[in-house]
Amino acid sequence: MYDDRLVIAGREFKSRLWVGTGKYKDFAETRKAIEVSGADVVTVAVRRVNITDRSKENLLDYIDPKKYTILPNTAGCYTVEDAVRYARLARAAGISDLVKLEVLGDEKTLFPDTAGLIEAARILIKEGFIVLPYTNDDPIVARKLVEIGCPAVMPLAAPIGSGLGIRNPYNLKIIMETVKVPIIVDAGVGTASDASLAMEYGADAVLMNTAIAGAKDPIAMAEAMKYAVHAGRLAYKAGRIPRKLYATASSPIEGML
Amino acid sequence: MAEALQIQVNGLPRDCRSGSTVGDLLRELDIKTERVAVELNLEILDRKDFDLRSLNAGDRVEILSFIGGGGLVFGERDGKGTDRCMMIAW
Repeated sequence: MYDDRLVIAGREFKSRLWVGTGKYKDFAETRKAIEVSGADVVTVAVRRVNITDRSKENLLDYIDPKKYTILPNTAGCYTVEDAVRYARLARAAGISDLVKLEVLGDEKTLFPDTAGLIEAARILIKEGFIVLPYTNDDPIVARKLVEIGCPAVMPLAAPIGSGLGIRNPYNLKIIMETVKVPIIVDAGVGTASDASLAMEYGADAVLMNTAIAGAKDPIAMAEAMKYAVHAGRLAYKAGRIPRKLYATASSPIEGML
Repeated sequence: MAEALQIQVNGLPRDCRSGSTVGDLLRELDIKTERVAVELNLEILDRKDFDLRSLNAGDRVEILSFIGGGGLVFGERDGKGTDRCMMIAW
């Protein structure tokens, strides 16, 4: 199982659970939750530095960029121009060409604007970015993203932060069957069974933030998610039994009185 | 005494000495240059050019870095719906 590495664009990842770093009470809690989750990829956002109060602590004093793959996102971008601008800024500030690309369609649902997403991905790929697109659970859009050069796709399970779990398992399943790159189910997970299900369906990884950070006990939930993703992956690889309507005895009849 | 000129830094008006550079500004603000991105009038600067690019009156400077984030919406737990500025100037 521990050799069961995830490889995206030539990079190897140990963990199939990826986590966001937003919404925690403080940096100590962020660090502890990430440690306990076992994740080796953490997402961060790009924002203005607070120039009026320089006393604020620094998250990367708590999360060592040498230990984790820091995946900048373009969260909060609603236009192609903004997403491209933030991706470029992330690269200028950061250490790699990786970007989790988000082009959002509206504030209420935070659903991806998939037309804008494809356009922004095209621009960034041309500039040498490794684009991991946050997309809808739409198999056709997923296919197009792969066709233009995305080395993985990140379809949502449900709206960001909603905790609704997997709303359309059949679409996710179709994406997994038709797209030959890693699938990272991103957003909408509410609890451990959601993460297990995603992995059992055949997802290559799961990315979450709110499900852990928003739990009553984020550290305990981080641990639950670690096991959930691991169990789901093992079950997927083990191959589940088919569903049958009627019973099949597991004890032999032979030798009965 | 060098003449002061007014610029905008992260949306706030600020005076700086005439002839000073982006690098001077960052030092003045006590911001480490590693892992911040700087935009000067919408142009993203190369880190090695920070000390070469001088500031002119009316310039708009944006200094950005990484903060905690997953899929948007910060500070939900403090109920204010505001960015809690978990800043990562690494």
